[in-house]
Amino acid sequence: MRFFEYEAREIVKRAGIPVTDYGFTTDPAEAGAIAKRIGAATVIKSQVLSGGRMKAGGVKFADTPEQAEAHAREILGLEIGGHLPRGVLVDPRAEVEQEYYAGVVWDGTRKRPVMIFSPVGGIDIEQVAEQQPEAVGRRHFSNVLPLSDFEAKEVIASSGVTGSALNQLVPILTRLARVFVENDMTLAEINPLGRLRDGSFVALDAHMEMENEARGRHAKLLGELGVGEEETRQAREATPFELAGAAVDAIDHRGVAGNVTEFDGNLGLVIGAGGGSLTLFDAVRAHGGRPANYCEIGGNPSVAKACGLAKLVLSKPGVERIAVMMSIVSNTRVDIVARGVVKACLELGYDPAEKIAIFRIPGAWEEEGFKILERYHVEYADRSVSLNEAARRAVEKIEEGVAA
Amino acid sequence: MRADGVFIAVEVDDRAAADRELANKLTEVCPVDIYAQRGDGTLEIVERNLDECVLCRLCLDASPDGAVKVIKRYDNEAVLV
Repeated sequence: MRFFEYEAREIVKRAGIPVTDYGFTTDPAEAGAIAKRIGAATVIKSQVLSGGRMKAGGVKFADTPEQAEAHAREILGLEIGGHLPRGVLVDPRAEVEQEYYAGVVWDGTRKRPVMIFSPVGGIDIEQVAEQQPEAVGRRHFSNVLPLSDFEAKEVIASSGVTGSALNQLVPILTRLARVFVENDMTLAEINPLGRLRDGSFVALDAHMEMENEARGRHAKLLGELGVGEEETRQAREATPFELAGAAVDAIDHRGVAGNVTEFDGNLGLVIGAGGGSLTLFDAVRAHGGRPANYCEIGGNPSVAKACGLAKLVLSKPGVERIAVMMSIVSNTRVDIVARGVVKACLELGYDPAEKIAIFRIPGAWEEEGFKILERYHVEYADRSVSLNEAARRAVEKIEEGVAA
Repeated sequence: MRADGVFIAVEVDDRAAADRELANKLTEVCPVDIYAQRGDGTLEIVERNLDECVLCRLCLDASPDGAVKVIKRYDNEAVLV
């Protein structure tokens, strides 16, 4: 879940990291008033979640409050990446001597957060890492054990920063790392972090993303920031296909048959079970398959839900067949899922044997499930066939269809 | 009376279907709402829920022997015992 810049700045400010004397508004006249209060040149920034604000004309500089008001009016009506801004941020144009980068990001491979620091800020950290790798310090740290200032100091020092700057930057990076852990963030970034003429540091822009599943744990913060429960704040809006998937999952309380993500392939996936979805999706891709979707099924969904999900996937334009695959299940009944997917085919007027490339769900009630599949001549596999092999067979069947 | 889903059929003998007390019991025990009571209290089989049957046998336990049959249509009409 992404935060707007003005929200991220508020989080940074609450953490005790110095920020500029900015203001957020949705009203051009108020933007002028904020600029007047600041009493110096300002920058007016569109508050949208998409990137490329500067290029799109969403960031403008103003020398007077009147200019600030005019720019705010213009920016508030400017669509960027298909979205109108939430408002504008009116920020003093700080006289910056040097721009730095401070960030914390979740490393999904190491399953730990990593602190990143660079004395080269204001541009993408990936670019700095590529062009000046010696100017980027990084270090993983525990999100369970207490964080020590020393860890941040080591990271900053490794990027070449010394002396007074180092001493001032340590608490900033440490606080940012704490904000990250305490708020279940996946990204907390201050870029640029500016060093002003007087040698002090101030956050000039911030970018934060929170783990979507953690929203419930941070209801107070989100409420204070004015983040509505209905706001998805995802990287992109859900497609009609994905919304239909969510509607299927909401049919009843039993199990899960949703979390659908749309792709543009020809192999529909009805997959799941304890990480099985990710493994199977990757396996299909590794065998050259083109998934039409990602989804998660598990926790013993009703026949209606399994049927609804399979119908949705089968109805997606471009889908030639579906593969129904899970790792070995204990809390999902094989026969219930088998009924659901076979019923989906029948209700759409398809031959299940033709439309289901493979059914590989071993586990609870598999004998009954396999009887159903045999009755409809659907190819199925038991636990002697690995997930990887099942994915390979599914892809092979799609390719056979294409060749024919 | 008999009602058929794609996978499951349920057959209830007419005497049992007319028994309001049994209808009430079946409605209460079925975890997936296959049974309901009509306005006059007699039994109704809810066809749209038939394929949700989890083969739990609770309806068989709740009724006199042979009064209710759960039939697996995908298994050569095997009767659940």
